[in-house]
Amino acid sequence: MSGEDKILDELAGKKYKYGFVTDIELDTIPKGLNEDTIRFISAKKKEPKFMLDWRLNAYRNWLKMKEPTWANIHYPPIDYQDIVYYAAPKQRTKLNNLDELAPEIKATYDKLGIPLEEQMVLAGVAVDAVMDSVSVATTYKDKLSELGIIFSSMSDAIKDHPELIEKYLGSVVPQGDNYFAALNSAVFSDGSFIYIPKGVRSPMELSTYFRINAAFTGQFERTLIVADEGSYVSYLEGCTAPIRDENQLHAAVVELVAHDNAEIKYSTVQNWYPGDKEGKGGIYNFVTKRGICAGVNSKISWTQVETGSSITWKYPSVILKGENAIGEFYSVAMTNNYQQADTGTKMIHLGKNTKSRIVSKGISAGHSNNSYRGLVRVTKSADNVKNFSQCDSLLMGDKCGAHTFPYFEIKNNTATVEHEATTSKIKDEILFYCNQRGIPEEDAVALIVNGYAKEILNNLPMEFAVEAQKLLAVSLEGSVG
Amino acid sequence: MANTTLEKNNFKENIIKEFKKFENHLNSSSLVALHDLRKDALKHFDTLGFPDRKDEEWKYTNTDLITKHDFHQDFSINTTSLYAKEIKKFFIPELDANIAVLVNGKYSDDLSNIKDDSNKIYISSFKEVRKKHSDIFNTHFAKYADYKTNSFTALNTAFACDSIFIYVPDGNKIKDPVIILNISDTKKPNTLLQPRNLIISGKDSSVTLIDLNYTVGNNHSLNNTVTEIFADKNSELNLYKIQSEGDKSFHIGTTQVHQEEYSKFNSATISWGGSITRNNLNSLLNGEGCECNFDGAFVLSGNQHVDNHTLVDHAVPNCQSNEFYKGILGDNSVGVFNGKIIVRKDAQKTNAYQSNKNILLTKTAAMNSKPQLEIFADDVRCSHGATTGQLNEDELFYLRTRGIDKKEARITLLFAFASEIIQKIKVEPLKNILFDMLHNKLKKGS
Repeated sequence: MSGEDKILDELAGKKYKYGFVTDIELDTIPKGLNEDTIRFISAKKKEPKFMLDWRLNAYRNWLKMKEPTWANIHYPPIDYQDIVYYAAPKQRTKLNNLDELAPEIKATYDKLGIPLEEQMVLAGVAVDAVMDSVSVATTYKDKLSELGIIFSSMSDAIKDHPELIEKYLGSVVPQGDNYFAALNSAVFSDGSFIYIPKGVRSPMELSTYFRINAAFTGQFERTLIVADEGSYVSYLEGCTAPIRDENQLHAAVVELVAHDNAEIKYSTVQNWYPGDKEGKGGIYNFVTKRGICAGVNSKISWTQVETGSSITWKYPSVILKGENAIGEFYSVAMTNNYQQADTGTKMIHLGKNTKSRIVSKGISAGHSNNSYRGLVRVTKSADNVKNFSQCDSLLMGDKCGAHTFPYFEIKNNTATVEHEATTSKIKDEILFYCNQRGIPEEDAVALIVNGYAKEILNNLPMEFAVEAQKLLAVSLEGSVG
Repeated sequence: MANTTLEKNNFKENIIKEFKKFENHLNSSSLVALHDLRKDALKHFDTLGFPDRKDEEWKYTNTDLITKHDFHQDFSINTTSLYAKEIKKFFIPELDANIAVLVNGKYSDDLSNIKDDSNKIYISSFKEVRKKHSDIFNTHFAKYADYKTNSFTALNTAFACDSIFIYVPDGNKIKDPVIILNISDTKKPNTLLQPRNLIISGKDSSVTLIDLNYTVGNNHSLNNTVTEIFADKNSELNLYKIQSEGDKSFHIGTTQVHQEEYSKFNSATISWGGSITRNNLNSLLNGEGCECNFDGAFVLSGNQHVDNHTLVDHAVPNCQSNEFYKGILGDNSVGVFNGKIIVRKDAQKTNAYQSNKNILLTKTAAMNSKPQLEIFADDVRCSHGATTGQLNEDELFYLRTRGIDKKEARITLLFAFASEIIQKIKVEPLKNILFDMLHNKLKKGS
C-alpha cells in the first residue's frame, strides 16, 4: 500500500469529526436525538463551549434516567427518536387581513376580547399591517435597557451575558433534576432571560411585549429570571388565545432566582391545543418550574391558569431558603373532554420564619381527570414556618375525576401547617337561581366558575385577569347539558 | 433515617423455607381448600417480597428496620406459654365481656373466657369453626383482605392457622363487648406472630369488639395481624383497637372491612406502644346507606414510629364516612397519616370527611401527613383538612396565670387534645383505662 493510499484509507475509516458543521446551513435536522443533534443545536446557536458541555452533560444524565410514572396521567409511550429537535422558526402562511382567518378562530379571539392588532399577530397577518405593535415593543425594550434590565431571548443572553448564564442556568433546576428537565437541558431551543439589577422595580409587566412574541415559542423552552437585591418583576408567560402546535411533546424549564428583598411574580396562562372531543391529539405539557428565594425577605409568587394541553404535568415550586421568605402558589386548572392534569406545587421551607400559601382550584368536566399534587416540607432548620394550603375541586358531570394528593413532611415543632380541601359540584339551587333570573345554563355555569376561580384570577395582571375569565367560559363550552 | 447500609438478611427466604415445617404441624386432611389458599398466598408473597420505600404506600415507613431481624414463628400446637396470672393485668376492670385470648397468634382455650351464650354470638378458634359454621367461614375467609398485592397480608394468609372467628347471627344485638386480647410472648428472641381474625356480623345485629395488643417479655417481635370484617345489612359494629405493645415490638396490623347496606362501622385506633407500628384500616362501602367512622389517636415518645394508613372506598351511592386522627409527637418520634378516600364513578350523594391534626413537641419529632381524595362522581361532598403545629401559647399562658405549673399545664392541654378521640368510645370502663394510660404516657413523655 502506498503512502497516499494509506492516508486515504485512514481518512475513510475515521468518522468525520466535523460532520455537523456542513449541515449548519440547513434549517432542520432529521428526527432523532444523539450527541450530534445536540452539537448541531449548540453550533447553530453559536453558543460558547461551556453551553455545549452543559448540554452534553445533561444528555448523558438523561440517557441514564427513566420516564416518571407516578403521576395520575395515562398516555401512550413517547418515542423520543421520533421528534425533530431543531427547526428554525417556520414562516407561516401569511394572511393579508383578518377576514381570511378561519371564522371559528376569529370567534374565539373575539370572545376573549383580544385587541385587534394582537389578533393579527397571533393569526399571522403580514407584519407590516401591525407595525404599530412592533414599534410599541421596541419602545418598551429601550425603556427597559435604560434601567439596566436585561430582557432578551435565551439564545441572545447566552451570547451577550455568558457570565450570568453560566452562574444561574441550572442553579435551581439542575440538569439531572428529572427526566423532562434533563431532556430540556440537552436540547432547549430558546426561551427568555430576564435580569433585574439591584434596587430596580420593573416599570411594566413584562408581558405585553412577550405576548406578541409568544406565538412563536418553541417546544423546549427555557426561561431564567434573576431578580437581584431589592428588585421587583412581574412576568407573564403564555397567552389566552388558543394555540395550535404540531409538536406534541412540550418540555419546558423555568428557573427563578430571588435575592435579598427581591420579588418575582410569575403568571402563566396556558391554552395549548387540548385535543378534540374524543381526546385525540393535543399537547403533552411536561414542565419543570422552580424558584428559589435565596435571599432574606424575598418573595416568589406563581399564578397559573391552565386550560389547555391534553396532558399537564407541572409543579411550580419554591425553595424558601432566605429568612422571612414568602412563597405563593395560585392555580386554576380546568380540564374538559379527555384532558388530564396532574399539577400542584412544592414548598420547601429551609429558612427561618418562612411562609407559604397554596390556593389551588381544580375544575373537571367531560371525561377529564384533574389532580392536585403538592408537597409542603418543613426541615429541621426552618423555625416558625407558616403554611396554609387550600385545594378545592369542582366537578361537572359524572364522568370526570378530581383528585387531591397533598404531602406534608414536618420536621420542626415550631411550624404551623394547615391544609383544607373540598370537592363538590355546582349546587342545583344556585343554577336554578340564575335560570330564574333569565341567565341561560351555560352562562350561569361560567358565572359560577368565575366566582369560584376569582381568588386566583385576581392575582393575574389586570388585563389578563379579564381575558382569563373569558377563557374559562370558552373552555367550558359543551360541558353543560 | 440516614442509615441505608442496613445489612440485609434472609428473613424472607427463611420464612418461605419454614412453610414446610408449618405444613407438617397442620392437620391438613380436612382443610384442603384453605391450604390451597395458603400455598397461593405464599407464592404471591415470594413474588412481592417486602415493600421498600420506593413503594408509594410505604414512602414514610422503612420496613428494612423490621425485616433486618430474623423472626421465627412457633408452629407447635396446644402450647400456651403463658399463665393466667401473667395476663390478668391486661383485663379491663369492671367490664363484663367475652374475653378471647390469643398468645402469639394462637387462640388459647384455657386463658379465654367466653360466656356460654353460643346462640347469640359464636366465638371460637378456626379449628372449631369446621364443626359448626364452615360454610360461613368459607364464604368469607380471605375474600376481603387482598393478599395478591399486599405482601404482609400475603405472608399472614400463607401462615393463617388458629386465630379467632367471631360470628353474630342475624338479628342478635350483643350487649357485652368482646375483648380480643392479642398477646405477644417475647420471652424467646425474634418472635413472629401472625394472628388472623374473621369477624362477621349478620343482618340487623350489633357487636362491640375491643382489640387489645400487649407484650410480655422484652425481646424483638413482629406482630403481623390481619383482621377481616364483614358487616351485613343494617348491622352495627364497633372496633376499638389499642396498640400498647413493648418497646421492641413491631406491629403491622391490617383491618379490612366490608360493609353492606345500611351497616355502620365505628372504629377507634389508639397507638402509644411499640417501636414501629403500621395500622392499615380499610373499608369498602358496598351497599347504600352505609356509615363508616374512623377515629384514631397516637401519642409517641422516644424513637417510636406510627403509620396510620386508611382507605375508605365509596363504591355505591348515598354513604357517608368520617375520619378523624390526632397525633402527639414527642422526643424523636415519627408519625405518619395516610388517609385515602375513593369515591367511585356511581357513588353519587357521598359525604366524606377527613381530618388529621398533629402536635409536635420537640424539634426532633417529625410528622408526615398525606390526606388524599380520589373522586370520580360529581354529586358528592368531600373535604379533608390537615394541620400540624405546636401547643397554643395563649392557652398555656392562661393556665399558668391560674397557678398551674408549666408541666402540668402542658399535660392538661395535650390530654384535652387527645381525649377528644377517646371520648367517642362507647364503652365506659375502656374509656377510663385509656384516660389513665394517656395520662401516664403524657407524664412520662412530655
